[in-house]
Amino acid sequence: MKRRALLISTALVAVASLSFSGSAFAENPVLKIGFVGVTSGPAAAWGTSNQRSMETRAAWINETGGVDIGGTVYNVEIVAFDDQKDPKRAIAGMEKMAQEGIHYVVGPNVDDGAAAVRPVAEQNGIIYFPYAFPKSLYQAPASNAVLGMVANYQSGPAIYKYLIEKNGIKKVAFVAANESDPLSQRDGGVAAAKELGLEVVSDSITYQVDTTDFTPVLLPAIKAQPDLLVLSGVSPANAPQLIRSARELGYEGLISTETAQDAGVLQEGAGELANGFISVGGASTPELASDQMREFVDRYTKMFGEYNDESNTKVYALEYILETLKANPAAITDVEAFKTTMDTFEAPNPYMTGDAKLTYVGTSSFGQKRQLSVPLVVNEYKDGGFMTLFVAQVD
Amino acid sequence: MEQILANGLYLGAQYALIALGLTLIFSLMNVLNFAHGQMYVLGGFVTYTVVSQLGMPFIVGLLASAVTLAVVGGLIERYLFRTVIRRSHREESTMLLAAGIAFFLDAVILLAFGEKQRGVPKIINGVFNWDFRLIMPYDRILIGALAIALIAAFILFMQYSTAGRAMRALAQDRVAAQLMGVDVNRYSTLGFALGAMLAGLVGGLLVTITGINLGMGGPTSIKAFMMIMIGGAGVISGAIAGGFILGMMESVGLTVLAAYGDITYLAIFVLLMVFLAFRPQGLMGKPWG
Repeated sequence: MKRRALLISTALVAVASLSFSGSAFAENPVLKIGFVGVTSGPAAAWGTSNQRSMETRAAWINETGGVDIGGTVYNVEIVAFDDQKDPKRAIAGMEKMAQEGIHYVVGPNVDDGAAAVRPVAEQNGIIYFPYAFPKSLYQAPASNAVLGMVANYQSGPAIYKYLIEKNGIKKVAFVAANESDPLSQRDGGVAAAKELGLEVVSDSITYQVDTTDFTPVLLPAIKAQPDLLVLSGVSPANAPQLIRSARELGYEGLISTETAQDAGVLQEGAGELANGFISVGGASTPELASDQMREFVDRYTKMFGEYNDESNTKVYALEYILETLKANPAAITDVEAFKTTMDTFEAPNPYMTGDAKLTYVGTSSFGQKRQLSVPLVVNEYKDGGFMTLFVAQVD
Repeated sequence: MEQILANGLYLGAQYALIALGLTLIFSLMNVLNFAHGQMYVLGGFVTYTVVSQLGMPFIVGLLASAVTLAVVGGLIERYLFRTVIRRSHREESTMLLAAGIAFFLDAVILLAFGEKQRGVPKIINGVFNWDFRLIMPYDRILIGALAIALIAAFILFMQYSTAGRAMRALAQDRVAAQLMGVDVNRYSTLGFALGAMLAGLVGGLLVTITGINLGMGGPTSIKAFMMIMIGGAGVISGAIAGGFILGMMESVGLTVLAAYGDITYLAIFVLLMVFLAFRPQGLMGKPWG
């Protein structure tokens, strides 16, 4: 009898605690935001930094009571899908988002995935924020994709121009992985360099992403004696090895890329040989980061054990989505209202010091505002950290 | 030409060491270990943790990788492959198990070590430069020499130790070896542990040069399979030959074909297909297995 009573009371306690926890979750309605990107395999760092940035910010918002949109306070839930850098999986991921009634999705991370999900997004009323550069995704008649970062054809010319003026570079060589994103970034970089009057001494050298020895890969480029070696679209995994091999081969010129990198990875993989390496970053260098940016880095580090500098740019997408929804609450279920709001939207940029703004840009590149205004911060690596070389804006 | 040969030898030494572990496991158990690349990655991460996170000497990291992977390999053979082989006579069962282990290790590595590229500081600074005809950093020379020394030690172990002779007997004829009193289970576990240990050692060696990341497992397995296809599956000398041939082909291709883009592996795959059409058992393999 006693045993039966114990079982019944245990069951009642379990039911009561479940109901209690359920009511705690149900305190605020939930706003689901999707993420479809690569979080496994060689390019896992790209998508993982996206997903973790979103999860860090969502947890922070929820901890401080939620986000107020049109008088209703929502908790933010991130629904993530690993597309494994496979366009077919990316389509499946976007379909899952549609089935869950999600209208705003961050990702995919690469060109072919971003192109593949376009029909699904357009048919199901989803606005998505790719980290991929093909202009056709953002030019009319396409209207549901919003570029989440600065494209290489925007940052490349700015970097080359700066280096022509400051360092007097004349000859440039390009090296790229044999994949669609790096190759298209290389082609864009070559065109931009030629337009600026630079002599392109090498632009045909490519490598496999799983290369374990870059010495034979780089040898022909180094022999061409460029003033600037551009690692087009280089992944954070390959960048330290390429830098190290180039320096060990005796190359003393400048090395740059138009992708975001992580200072810790450069430190571990190339050490002081990476000093002077130029890359594109976000707003976390000491001179630019606001208190909110510093708190974001702290929270990310506490949540996941280690920060990723790539998140300096990836922190923005969720912020833009939420701020735009705040500006026009009807956009929660109506992406057309979101698109209309994008044309006039403006809010303070909470991650940068000064009077920086969150706005949608892209008119000069795409003919319509289909790009997040993320600060174009060009960094130079030095002894384990980044220093800001210059800051520019798209458009 | 000197540079091409040196690059080829360096690549060949590391490739041969990777292929040795794979071919050992195949010869003993007739198992195609698709998780071999993931074991290599795990070995790299163990060395990284010991050297960069715990601040211990590189040699300790290397030993930790060897021991960890030997234990992991032994456990995998004892509790997974042995069970599956006992219960299923279909060869695809072990292949599916190996693929499953590869996915499992990928997930474990992501959780335990994260998504970032990792590396340890150079173990020797400086670059050997012979009048720009041959440029080779000293750490690569050391790693290449260590890889060759490990290959030599492995050959000696297999040739002259009791365990090595038992494993060779097992590889030649499992039933006959059993009838002669060889403890099949014991030496299968030992062989798998040794194969996994070799993968871990290469991962530990190369983390100082190339670093390590989550995604390196799959491509490493593919290259290892190519090497044993060239040399002959299950033949130790074949794995060594396959490793050095692939390393040399890669080095030559990357230099000679650089102007045409990244077609080195395209050319290697075409050559491999033609080669296998004429000699499907590889250079040193036997047509009957």
